[in-house]
Amino acid sequence: MIEIENVHKSFGELKVLKGINLTVDKGEVLTVIGGSGSGKSTLLTCINGLEPIDSGRIVVDGTDVHARGTDLNKLRRKIGIVFQQWNAFPHLTVLENVMLAPRKVLGLSKAEAEEIAVKQLTHVGLAEKLSVYPNRMSGGQQQRMAIARALAMSPEYMLFDEVTSALDPMLVGEVLDTLRMLASEGMTMICVTHEMKFAREVSDRVAFFHQGIMAEIAAPEQLFDAPQHPETKKFLAATH
Amino acid sequence: MFNYTFHWNQALRSLPQMLDGALVTLQIAILSMAIGLAIAIALTLFRLSGNRILGGFATTWVEIARNTPALFQIYMAHFGLGNFGIHLSPYTALLVGIAFNNAGYLAENFRGALKAIPDTQARAGRSLGMTSLQAFRYIVMPQMLRIAFLPATNQMVWAILMTSLGVTVGMNTDLAGVTQELNARSFRTFEFFALAAVIYYVIAKAVTLAARAFAWRMFRY
Repeated sequence: MIEIENVHKSFGELKVLKGINLTVDKGEVLTVIGGSGSGKSTLLTCINGLEPIDSGRIVVDGTDVHARGTDLNKLRRKIGIVFQQWNAFPHLTVLENVMLAPRKVLGLSKAEAEEIAVKQLTHVGLAEKLSVYPNRMSGGQQQRMAIARALAMSPEYMLFDEVTSALDPMLVGEVLDTLRMLASEGMTMICVTHEMKFAREVSDRVAFFHQGIMAEIAAPEQLFDAPQHPETKKFLAATH
Repeated sequence: MFNYTFHWNQALRSLPQMLDGALVTLQIAILSMAIGLAIAIALTLFRLSGNRILGGFATTWVEIARNTPALFQIYMAHFGLGNFGIHLSPYTALLVGIAFNNAGYLAENFRGALKAIPDTQARAGRSLGMTSLQAFRYIVMPQMLRIAFLPATNQMVWAILMTSLGVTVGMNTDLAGVTQELNARSFRTFEFFALAAVIYYVIAKAVTLAARAFAWRMFRY
């Protein structure tokens, strides 16, 4: 369970998160929508401790992420994150990209890491690409590799930060299919996305962020068909 | 004007001596690169440390090494330090001077290579649970080496050619020094220096080609 309590976060003068309260249960798929600069991506990087917070608390399975003494490296093993820019490691093959963290972080043997990597890459449809270098693949393939790389750590939570935003429109579908598959397998996921159709289809709940505040959170039918908050209405009208 | 008669035989007879000199040249170049590399790594870390004194020291070193003549750097090591009672042999002075120069250029090369790797690479490693040291070791450093490698081999070639400046501080066992002595005895200046130039060329070219072959094998992405 991820519990977010009254989280505030600023970058210098700019207040990005202004008191976010949110709980995500095990097995839940939450999507977060909202305009640029609404704070939705920042929230994800705060959840796995890549960004510090100014006040409030984020607790993952009873561990306070931002408390002094929390072993963030250990915590991050169970919270996978995939970014808009997939950040493939260009000097490693697809297989090596996925094997690296299981080997170095979990201390698995080469054979064990390879078994896991092959399994995850097959899962995301890249079984044919094991020995290819990332720059020989399309953005969609690299993004799926990044998803496999995060999954290879057997995370309990997955955070997706606009993972289709940098992709050619033709390639969005294959990545969304991968996310749908994970959702159907019961993975706990928080997806920041601009894909409204996808959000409506896979989410248990949808949250709408506006200027650092969570303006509205509801089941997808409710939020998309009968939004309550004026900003949600405005946003949905503009994106439809 | 062109009634000069070439005497190549005399030069060719001295080839074994010149090749011995070439070995000394290569030795100084390799040693100066090894020392330069070690210092360059330290200077790079100093500049990354955020400590003003260490950073200032490193920046000063890089600035002097890159913006003053290599000849002066070698002169300083031999005659300059002599004024303070530190007397280095021509061999040591040459080695110190070139290592000083190498360190400056290599440190700048490393800094550029580090800057070329986006922060998001290390961040992606951290998000997989790696420590910052692991992210550097397995993700940043291999990419950095690839970028820094070919410029570093240029510096190696430059180091080989710089050794010839040793004649100005009395170095007489390296290729330039040996050639200069043979010339002084025979006055066959053109033949001896032409032959020495060919030897320098072959060594420099061999280093460049070997480095390229190595890079081709190592950095195949």
